[in-house]
Amino acid sequence: MATKMGIEVSVAIGEAVRLANADVIAAYPITPQTHIVEHLAELVANGELDAQYIPVESEHSAMSACLGASAVGARTFTATAGQGLELMHEVLYVASSMRLPVIMTVANRALSAPLSVWGDHSDVMAVRDVGWIQIFTENGQEVVDNVLCAFRIGEDRRVLLPVMIHLDGFHLSHVIEPILFPEQSEVDQFLPPNQYPLPLDPSKPVSMGDFGPPIIYFETKWAQEVNLEAAREVILQCWNEFGKTFQRYYSPVECYHSEDAKVLLLTMGSFSETAMMAIDKMRRDGREVGLIRLRLWRPFPFGEIRQAVKNAEVLIVLDRALSFGGPGGPVCSEVKSALYGEDKKPRVIGFVGGLGGRDITPAGFEEIINRGIEISQKGSDQEFEIFGVRE
Amino acid sequence: MTNPEGMLTWKDLEIGSIVAEPGNASQYQTGDWRSERPIFDNSKCIKCGICYIFCPEGCIEQNAEGYFEANLFYCKGCGICARECWTRAITIVPEEE
Ligand code: SF4
Ligand code: SF4
Repeated sequence: MATKMGIEVSVAIGEAVRLANADVIAAYPITPQTHIVEHLAELVANGELDAQYIPVESEHSAMSACLGASAVGARTFTATAGQGLELMHEVLYVASSMRLPVIMTVANRALSAPLSVWGDHSDVMAVRDVGWIQIFTENGQEVVDNVLCAFRIGEDRRVLLPVMIHLDGFHLSHVIEPILFPEQSEVDQFLPPNQYPLPLDPSKPVSMGDFGPPIIYFETKWAQEVNLEAAREVILQCWNEFGKTFQRYYSPVECYHSEDAKVLLLTMGSFSETAMMAIDKMRRDGREVGLIRLRLWRPFPFGEIRQAVKNAEVLIVLDRALSFGGPGGPVCSEVKSALYGEDKKPRVIGFVGGLGGRDITPAGFEEIINRGIEISQKGSDQEFEIFGVRE
Repeated sequence: MTNPEGMLTWKDLEIGSIVAEPGNASQYQTGDWRSERPIFDNSKCIKCGICYIFCPEGCIEQNAEGYFEANLFYCKGCGICARECWTRAITIVPEEE
């Protein structure tokens, strides 16, 4: 029987990692992620989680320690945010190319300067191409569920890749929500023990992270790409299995009143729930609008996106990150490229908003949708629109 | 990984390009980096072994007569042996000669 409790989402993540029975946690505290690793440190110190907790001097070291732990076959977890994710950057590539299933929650945070501890997706987009599986979540329950799924997906013999679970800093990390926790026995059944096939083991020596001269490097990169693509199938299977076990279903692209909608809004993360309120209101007003929420960020769900938007006339994409001097929002640019070759496709209008913890209210989302429709009719000389900057 | 490295396709690689066969670095032909090679003139050699000690590849071996020679499978042609040889017994010549 699952237990429902009101709990801070960060603390709930710690509880999920306890249920997953992680072996090693190496972490460095950084706002707005601190409570996650703080709670894990408590659990380990109190003997409630039998794990090695490695306090390190930086995020670069945190991720490096995670690689070592994962390489011996330990179930490994860490968490970070914003600047911390940036400091890990080079090691993130090593985790994915060495195929080490480190699981990490990222409490999404804006990047300096100016210094901001508040939420947006600048940190997410800066690690877009590091080869990790990346999943967006909208509420505390989704974070907990997907942390459990992440271990199962990442450690699957067919995948063996690190997984990032994105949750919006403060908007999600610091709120108290009612969350259902499965029983330990249910988790044990859902999540088999980690069995890394070629661990570091003195009785059967292997070398990891060797150098790759021009004669072999390209082959290793292609193997990595094929592998990340193949992970799609396992991710879907895992979510399906999770749904059957716990009655909560997840998919790469989630649709909300989108089937008959002429105008669609696409969001990711916790803003999606606020956007739903705007969609509800506009529907009550008789408007044919709907919402698409991007859950799986890597591998990018091309097919699901095409399917979800194919009957719409206008698709408005709201990014919470800005690609300076580029096409505006990174998600919008990928959605456009996914649709480019389609015969029947909506007009895609990109917005950038909600940077550095700036809220967008339901009324704000309504404004974005209305402005998007206006641009689709009248055109615009801008590559993308900014929402919420004071003129 | 018993195939020569150049023959491996992406499908042949172990997970994460792990090398599961210890010591197989000896199969890696560092000699193909070479653009110059050392030539040993045994008439000048005093068998001191300095070339053997200084070679960064460890590819210089002593033969049955006590003279030294480079294993060209590994020799990178760096020229250190020629530089360190007391008697100028080693000369470095371009590969095409
Ligand atoms: S040229 Fe360099 S690698 Fe070759 S034998 Fe001399 S010292 Fe060794
Ligand atoms: S350093 Fe010169 S003299 Fe000494 S062993 Fe080598 S080749 Fe002979």
